[in-house]
Amino acid sequence: MSDNETQAAALADAGPIVLTKKDFVSDVDPRWCPGCGDYSILAQAQKVMPDFGYARENIVFISGIGCSGRFPYYMNTYGFHSIHGRAPTLATGLKASRPELMVWVITGDGDALSIGGNHILHSMRKNVDIKVVMFNNRIYGLTKGQVSPTSAYGQKTKSTPGGSVNYPIHPLVVALAAEASFVARSVDTFPEHLQETITRAGFHKGSTFVEILQNCNIFNDGAHREFTERDVRDDRMLFLKHGEPMIFGKDRDRGIRLNGVRPEVVRLGNGITEKDLIVHDESSEDSTIHFMLGRIYWPEFPVPIGVIRNVPRTTHDALLQGQIDDAIRREGHGDLAKTLAGGETWTVGG
Amino acid sequence: MTTREHEIEVQELDRVTIRFAGDSGDGMQVTGSQFSQAAAVFGNDISTLPDYPAEIRAPAGSLPGVSGFQISFSSSEIHTPGDRPDVLVAMNPAALKSNLGDLVPGGAIIVNADAFTPTNLAKAGYANSPLDDGSLSAYNVHEIPVTTLNARALEGLEMTSKQVDLTRNFFALGVMFFLFERSMEPTFRWLEEKYAKRPIFIEANRRALSAGYAFGETTEIFHTTYRVAPANLAPGTYRNITGNEATALGLLTASQLAERPLFYSSYPITPASEILHQLSLYKNFGLKTFQAEDEIAAIGAAIGASYGGGLGMTGTSGPGMALKTEMLGLAVMVELPLVVVDVQRGGPSTGLPTKTEQGDLFQALFGRNSDSPVPVVAPATPSECFAFAVEAWRLALRHMTPVVYLSDAFLATGSEPWRIPTTDELPDLRVPSRTDPEGFYPYMRDPETLARPWVVPGTPGLEHRVGGLEKLDVLGTVSYDPDNHHRMMMLRAEKVARIARDIPPLEVFGPPEGDLLILSWGSTYGAIRSAVESLQQRGKSIAHAQLRYLNPFPENTGDVVRAYKRVLIPEVNMGQLLLVIRAKYLVDAQGFNLVRCKPFQISEIQTKAEHVLGDL
Repeated sequence: MSDNETQAAALADAGPIVLTKKDFVSDVDPRWCPGCGDYSILAQAQKVMPDFGYARENIVFISGIGCSGRFPYYMNTYGFHSIHGRAPTLATGLKASRPELMVWVITGDGDALSIGGNHILHSMRKNVDIKVVMFNNRIYGLTKGQVSPTSAYGQKTKSTPGGSVNYPIHPLVVALAAEASFVARSVDTFPEHLQETITRAGFHKGSTFVEILQNCNIFNDGAHREFTERDVRDDRMLFLKHGEPMIFGKDRDRGIRLNGVRPEVVRLGNGITEKDLIVHDESSEDSTIHFMLGRIYWPEFPVPIGVIRNVPRTTHDALLQGQIDDAIRREGHGDLAKTLAGGETWTVGG
Repeated sequence: MTTREHEIEVQELDRVTIRFAGDSGDGMQVTGSQFSQAAAVFGNDISTLPDYPAEIRAPAGSLPGVSGFQISFSSSEIHTPGDRPDVLVAMNPAALKSNLGDLVPGGAIIVNADAFTPTNLAKAGYANSPLDDGSLSAYNVHEIPVTTLNARALEGLEMTSKQVDLTRNFFALGVMFFLFERSMEPTFRWLEEKYAKRPIFIEANRRALSAGYAFGETTEIFHTTYRVAPANLAPGTYRNITGNEATALGLLTASQLAERPLFYSSYPITPASEILHQLSLYKNFGLKTFQAEDEIAAIGAAIGASYGGGLGMTGTSGPGMALKTEMLGLAVMVELPLVVVDVQRGGPSTGLPTKTEQGDLFQALFGRNSDSPVPVVAPATPSECFAFAVEAWRLALRHMTPVVYLSDAFLATGSEPWRIPTTDELPDLRVPSRTDPEGFYPYMRDPETLARPWVVPGTPGLEHRVGGLEKLDVLGTVSYDPDNHHRMMMLRAEKVARIARDIPPLEVFGPPEGDLLILSWGSTYGAIRSAVESLQQRGKSIAHAQLRYLNPFPENTGDVVRAYKRVLIPEVNMGQLLLVIRAKYLVDAQGFNLVRCKPFQISEIQTKAEHVLGDL
């Protein structure tokens, strides 16, 4: 048996694994700025990690560069702090060769959507079974405050003292366009919602993209505050639930309906009922409404959070293995001596 | 066989060099490789040099669209595809024009006379047909109406005239098989396999080939055929192999010997793509190939696979190598085994994608931020690519380091006979992964090699973090300590330097001391070895040493280069090895640098060497 097979067998034999949050806390003290949203994300991730039934040694966290890049040091699992934007490439190679491992990619808005944009696109469309968690603080924090691909148009930063002249990317639209099979959004300050979202991401088999709206209290404080603050969030955010109409508001009196091909916010009553609203279907193969949810944003619309898309697709590693199995069925196991002597040969006597 | 109606004389030759030239759509590469195969199977020593344009199909009949394939075959051992062809097969005027200058004086020309139309002549820039104006009188010209004769041979087959014309290269090949007494059988077998699903093409090409052969036999344009006897090669079973094929087989073999799964990820790039294509055919070995979204992803995925305990490898050419730079630095920092194949081509930038050059030595040695030592190996011949792909992995696994393997377009596409090794001749590449948690630290080192332990995810009790940030010696936690950084720099350098103890000494061909040493690396080997052999026969005090390990150098390299009055380093670059040798050993070596995107000729090396010797 190869190493891989031995480990896979050990995993299957091991029975239920009972771990707690403590098991996932490493001996390295986190070194993010006090008040950073990353602390909450780390805590929720450590909390739900035991739920997946994986032993610690079978979980790998891979990151790129940025404040998010330090995440693996704080998880008591295997971890790889790689280089700027490239974490999905390492994760792809690791997952392809070791399908039994659970592989997470921790990234940020600059890491994932600027320097590493290409890798996000292709790891998602190949349905590589990796869980990409992107911390979106809409700024370059580790390099001390430059404009990022999700920074607002006109935003003044160190590198754009006259205001940003660039339009921001909508991360979830990118993930959807890249054919990610699981797409979701949550917020650093919503612990329960965050736990639930990470849990669902962890259980998905296939390319998983989770955007976490995260606050950088030093370089872009309050980037999401206008709609995430406790007193306004119900009116300014849309909490998505599969199979339910898109209703929001403290009094659950507003919703989203389609007017032709355009979404619009409507107030219930005066002849408008829940039946007029779009019903959220995260598993719809057609992604038109998912794109809409990835695109609408405050202040024109409430900001959707929750699982936007979740469709079953055969994973990249399973497809690769399938081709190997087919080849072996067709041709038998490879024979090195025969392969070396392939084609026309001749013998010189000795 | 038809009865000969005229007497044909047979002439014995030691060595013949033929160049097939035609439009890039004329199938010259296939024609050349089939001839090579036939010569190799017959037992000749062979060496080949394909030469094709980067454009898949440049305008038909134009000079830039000419594709060529040169083969030299011999009854004795040869090292190069020949300086100049003895025979030129030209399928159109452009092919004649662009290759005529290389032909030996009095050489033979075989042309497809049907292609010498006014339009084709104009495209090639001929005012008058060279077949009529006496300009070829110095050569032995054979005009054959290949298109017409071939079409006649294929009459009755249900094929379009365009499809029929696509087989005329096999008519020409048939003529050559007759002239050089080669069997058509290997080509027949190849056709059966290639067109198994399209029997009409088997029949068409068979007829074309046989018609060409019969034409040679029955017409009176040839009065001589040529016999090149089998060469006296070392006993064993042989096959004809190109450098890229040998590289792919070497990588496959390494994973079998290491008993770890192979993961080859690559982004398409000339002239390295064939390695990806070929490995993709070996899925039944359980290996995985991955066409990545870009060069960076290709090496990233390979590092991911090595991190997971497999043999992660990637292949590219110079421009892709430039993109992989930062990732290679990461592999140096995390100290994981990895092999990066660089099939060098003409540069800088996009350069000359299909042409050869030795331009990436600096890039391999120094092309990363900071001091980032990486072992570098370079095979000298197409068949040696096999052994060095295995060797690159031996070093990577034993010393836990990325290794750069430098091939080039000449090695990659050129071919020669390869004695197939038996499995017991191959090294044991197995290395253990660490599984014992007792006393484990991620950056503890093997006292002999300084390799750190290979711990793969999935191993209980050894969970740890690695990455691109500087690590604390032994413990492997992130460290910004200045003295620790210095120590880690020394350790990384020393780890690679110690590989010199694990590789063979630099061998010298010729006297251990004397007037002149020619020092070379990579694909210049053949021309240099041939030139040195011939100068030695003429009594010159000259030796040749081929560096196959470029970092670290073999331990005796300094002694070797200091043992001669003069050291000459020919390279197809502006003097990269030269600079390193001068800097490292303080010897007054001189360069011989011709960067024309083609291999050196034997005569050029010889002339240069004589010139250097003449100064003594």
